[in-house]
Amino acid sequence: MATASSPAVLADATRDETSLSRFLHGLPGVDQVGVEARAASLGTRSIKKAAKLWAIDTAISMVDLTTLEGADTRGKVRSLAAKARRPDPDRPDTPPVAAVCVYPDMAATAVEALAGTGIGVASVATAFPSGRSSREVKLADVRLAVEAGATEVDMVIDRGAFLEGRYGHVFDEIRAVKQACGDAHLKVILETGELATYDNVRRASWLGLLAGGDFIKTSTGKVSPAATLPVTHVMLQAVRDWYDVTGQLRGVKPAGGIRSTKDALRYLVAVREVAGEEWLTPELFRFGASSLLGDLVLQRRTQHDGHYSGPDYVAVD
Amino acid sequence: MSVWEYAPAPESRDLANLQPKYRPFVDGEFVDGGGEPLTSINPATEEPLAEVGTASESDVDTAVRAARRAFEQVWGPMPGAERAKYLFRIARLLQERARELAVLETLDNGKPIKESRDSDVPTAAAHFFYHAGWADKLDYAGYGPDPQPLGVAGQIIPWNFPLLMLAWKIAPALATGNTVVLKPAETTPLSALVFAEICQQAGLPAGVVNIVPGAGDVGSLLVRHPGIDKIAFTGSTAVGKEIQYAVAGTPKRLTLELGGKAANVVFDDAPLDQAVEGIVNGIFFNQGHVCCAGSRLLVQESVAEELLGKLRARVSTLRLGDPLDKNTDIGAINSAEQLAKIRELTAAGEDEGAERWTSPCALPERGFFFAPTVLSGVEQSMRVAREEIFGPVLSVLTFRTPEEAVAKANNTPYGLSAGLWTEKGSRILWLADRMRAGVVWANTFNRFDPAAPFGGYQESGFGREGGRTGLEAYLHV
Amino acid sequence: MSDRLSVAKTYKLYIDGKFPRSESGRTYPVTDAEGEFLANASHASRKDVRDAVSAARKAFGGWSGATAYNRGQVLYRVAEMLEGRREQFAAEVAACEGVPTAEAMSTVDAAVDRWVWYAGWTDKIASVLGAANPVAGPYFSFTVPEPTGVVGVLAPQSSSLLGLVSVLAPVVATGCTAVVVSSADRPLPAITLSEVLATSDVPGGVVNVLTGRADELGPWLASHADVNAVDPTGASAESRVDIAQQASGTVKRVLTVPGDDPDWTRRPDISRLRRYLEAKTVWHPKGT
Repeated sequence: MATASSPAVLADATRDETSLSRFLHGLPGVDQVGVEARAASLGTRSIKKAAKLWAIDTAISMVDLTTLEGADTRGKVRSLAAKARRPDPDRPDTPPVAAVCVYPDMAATAVEALAGTGIGVASVATAFPSGRSSREVKLADVRLAVEAGATEVDMVIDRGAFLEGRYGHVFDEIRAVKQACGDAHLKVILETGELATYDNVRRASWLGLLAGGDFIKTSTGKVSPAATLPVTHVMLQAVRDWYDVTGQLRGVKPAGGIRSTKDALRYLVAVREVAGEEWLTPELFRFGASSLLGDLVLQRRTQHDGHYSGPDYVAVD
Repeated sequence: MSVWEYAPAPESRDLANLQPKYRPFVDGEFVDGGGEPLTSINPATEEPLAEVGTASESDVDTAVRAARRAFEQVWGPMPGAERAKYLFRIARLLQERARELAVLETLDNGKPIKESRDSDVPTAAAHFFYHAGWADKLDYAGYGPDPQPLGVAGQIIPWNFPLLMLAWKIAPALATGNTVVLKPAETTPLSALVFAEICQQAGLPAGVVNIVPGAGDVGSLLVRHPGIDKIAFTGSTAVGKEIQYAVAGTPKRLTLELGGKAANVVFDDAPLDQAVEGIVNGIFFNQGHVCCAGSRLLVQESVAEELLGKLRARVSTLRLGDPLDKNTDIGAINSAEQLAKIRELTAAGEDEGAERWTSPCALPERGFFFAPTVLSGVEQSMRVAREEIFGPVLSVLTFRTPEEAVAKANNTPYGLSAGLWTEKGSRILWLADRMRAGVVWANTFNRFDPAAPFGGYQESGFGREGGRTGLEAYLHV
Repeated sequence: MSDRLSVAKTYKLYIDGKFPRSESGRTYPVTDAEGEFLANASHASRKDVRDAVSAARKAFGGWSGATAYNRGQVLYRVAEMLEGRREQFAAEVAACEGVPTAEAMSTVDAAVDRWVWYAGWTDKIASVLGAANPVAGPYFSFTVPEPTGVVGVLAPQSSSLLGLVSVLAPVVATGCTAVVVSSADRPLPAITLSEVLATSDVPGGVVNVLTGRADELGPWLASHADVNAVDPTGASAESRVDIAQQASGTVKRVLTVPGDDPDWTRRPDISRLRRYLEAKTVWHPKGT
C-alpha cells in the first residue's frame, strides 16, 4: 500500500505544525449523542443463518489473536500460535486467524511457531502501552520487532503530545516508526480511551492516516474503555473519508473488550454500512482480541451442529 | 451481489394474533357496527388483513352518550389518584403486549418492525405512564386550583402512527378527567381495537374510551355531534381547516395538529456525519409519513456538495423491503392513494427542474413501495418545496447566510418543526429564536417525548400535545 | 371666564404610528349617550384593515425581538401617560358610556391599573408558561412561549376604555402586534389611547387602531392570511360565526369569548396571554 507520501490534496495539511493543527481542527465535529445513537441503531441488525455463518468465518479470519501479559512465556505464545493455525481442531474447515499479536521480545517465538502458515506476526512496540519513553527507545523497540520477523507493528501514539496539541510531534513520530517498519505493516494505536472525545478520535485518526499508518487501531487493551462501537464508527468513517479523498484503502482495528460473537457481528455490520463492503476483509479490518476467538468457534459449532455447544468443546488457549 | 447479504430476519406474523374480524368498541363492549365494514389491507403485500366493522350514525351517537354518562357518573367524579391507577395499568398492559402490538402495527401500517418495536409502541406506553402521574397533580399544572375537564372529547387520528397518535390523544384526555370517542384512521384501525381490549383488561369503566372505526364520514359525525365538548384532530391541513370551519360558532373546543414542510438547516460547521444521520432520520423515518418530517434540506452552499455526496452514500445503505424484517429501514407506503400522491409531486419536482436521485435499492414486486429519493436544485418557488409530500422524498435547497437560511426556512404557511445543524452554540440559539416552528431540533431530529410539548405554528395547527402545556387542550382554562 | 370657542379635535385612525383618515374617505358621526353629536370618526374600510395588518406585520419582528424588560418598560410608560390624561379619558368615557364622572374616573383608574398589571407580565410569563422538559434521553429540551404574530382584536362595544385595555394590553404584552377595531359607537377613548401610544415609546405599527364596524371589518381580519389570531369580543353573535369560519382558512387562533359582555372590572388572569403565545420546544443533545 502506498504510504510514502501524502496525496497531493492533503500535502498542505502536513506542511508544518500550524497547518496540521488547522487542518485537524477544521475537520467536522462529531456529535456524541448522534454517533452513539447511530451505533446503537445499527447494533440492532439481526444477522441470521448463512449471513451469520459467513460473518463468523470472516470474523475468525480477522482476529489478531493477542497475548500481551507480563507473564507471557514462549510456551504461552506457542500454544496461542497453535490455536491461531487451527482455531477448531475438530473442524479443519475453520479458517485460521489473521495474525498473532505479542510483545517484541516474543515476536521471534511467534514467527518460528507460525512459519509457513501465512499467519502474520504482529508486535506491539514504541514503549507499549503508555508510549512514555524517548523516541530513540521507541524506534529501537520497533527494530527489535521487525528484526525478529514481525510482519505487522502496532505502535502507540504519544497521547500526551496529542492532548498538548503538539500534532507535529505525533505526526513525525508515526513517520519515523513507519520508516523503521520497512515492509512491515503499521497499525497506529490511538488509545481512544485516553483521547476522551470523538472529536479527538477523528483528529487522531486523520493524523494517523496522514502520517502513513496502514491501519488505525482503537486501543492497547490496557486502558478502559477500550474499543467501543461508536469509536469504531468514527474511525470507519475516517478511513471511508480518506478513501473518498485519496482513493487509498486503509484499515481499522478495534481492540480490547470485544469478547462475544454478537459483539463481533455488530462490528462487521458497522464495517459494511459505515465504511463499505470493500472493508470486509482481513486486509482492512481486524479484531484485536484474546477471548473472542473461543466464542466465535463455539458459535460456529452451534450454527453447524444445529444445537448449542459448550466451552469444554473449545480449546482454552 | 453483495459479498455479505443479510439473510431475511422476519418477525413472526403470528405474534400479531390477527383476528379475522374486528369490531367497534362502544360503552365497554365490542359491537357490530352499523356502518359498511371495511377491509384493512397489508400495504406491503396488498393482501387483506381483517374485516373491520365501522360505526354508523347511531353507533356514534351511542358512543357519545356512553362517554357522556361515563364522564358525568364515573370518570369525572373519580378522584385523580384513581384515574391515575387506570392509566398506569394501561401503560403496563401496553408494555406487556408490546411485541404483539408492534407486529400488528407493522402489518396494518407498513412501517418497519424496528420502528414499531423501538419507537411507536414504547413511546405510546410512555405517554400513558407520563400522563397517569398528572391525573392527581393537576392543581400543580399552572391552571389554578382544581382545573376542570371539558367533558367528552371526540378524537380523530391519522394512519402514520396509529397507536402512538391514539396515546397522544387518549392519555392526556383521560388524565384530565375527560372521556373519549376516538376514530382511528380508515387504513389503520387494528391497533386501536386491540387497545380497546387493553382497556377491558385494565378494567376501565365502560364508556370512558370508545373506538369508532370508519372513514371521514364517521369523523364528520363526531365533529358535528352536539354531545361533544372538544375535538382533537391530527391529520392533513386541508381536513383540519374543514373541521375548524365546521366547529366555528359552536361551543366545541378544538386543537389541531396538522401538516408541515420542515426545513433541516445545515451550516458548514455542522457535525456532518451526524447531520447526514439527522437528515436521513428526518425524511426517511416512517417512509416520510411524518407531519414534522424534514422534507426540505437547506444546506449552506460552501458545504453542499460534500454533504450531498455523503447523503447519497448513506441513503444507498438504507434497506427497503419487507416491513416485518428486523433489518428493514424503509417499509411500505401506507396506501395506493398515498403512493400516487408521492409519485405525482416527485414528478412535478422533476418537471420544474429539480435533479432527481433515487437510491438504487430494489423494490418488491408487490406492495406499495417508493425508493428513497433526493431532489436537488430545488427552489422555494417549486411545488415540491411548498407542499407536504408525506413520503420518502427530500428536497434540497441551498443558502448563503444565516439570515437567508431563516428567511427560506420560514417561507411556508406551515410551522411545525425545524432542524438546525451547527457546532456554534450562539448560532443555534439565535436560529432557534427565529424559527417559526413549534419544535426545533438542534443537532438532532425527530425526537419525541411525552414530557416535551409538540405542536405547530400557523397552518400546522394549534394546541400542544405533551408536557404540562399539553394538558391545556383538555381543561377549562 | 371668556366665551372662547374651543378647538375641536379631529378623530382619525391610527396606523403604523401615524394618524391617517380612512382611505375610503368615510366618516360617521359619534354621539354621546344622550344622542348629542360629539365628533365625526373615520369609518375604517377593508383597505384600512389591509394597511394596518401590513404595519403590524412590519412591526412584529422588532417588538417581539425586543427584550421582555424593554417591552415591560414601554408598556409601563403607556400607563404613565394614561394616568397623565385621566381627566380627558374620564370625560370621554363619561360622554360615550353615559356614566357619572366619578364612575368614569374609577373606570379610567382601573384601565391604568390593568395596563400596569400587563406591563409587569412581559418578563414573567415565559417563566410561568415555559418549562425544562425532563425527556428520557441525553437531550436538553426546553419549552418557551413565543408571540403568535399579528392579532386582530375586535374591542368590546360597550366598555370603551377598560374593555379596550383589557383586550389590547395582553396582546402587546406577549410581544404580538395588534390591529384593533374599536367600539363603533364609543370610539373616542380608543382614539385618545392611540395618541397616548403615539407619544409613549410604543413603536409605530405595534398597535393600530381602526374606528368602524366590527361586524364589517372582523371577517376581513379573520380571512387575512397574514393575521395569526383573532379576538372576536366586539363582534355580534352572528358575525362571530362568520369570523370563526373565515379564520379556518388559514388556521387562525380564535379566542373563545363569552357570549355576554363580561364584567371588565373583574381581576384578570393570564388566559388571554396564553392565547397569544405559541409554545416552542427546543431540543439539543448533551455530549462532549
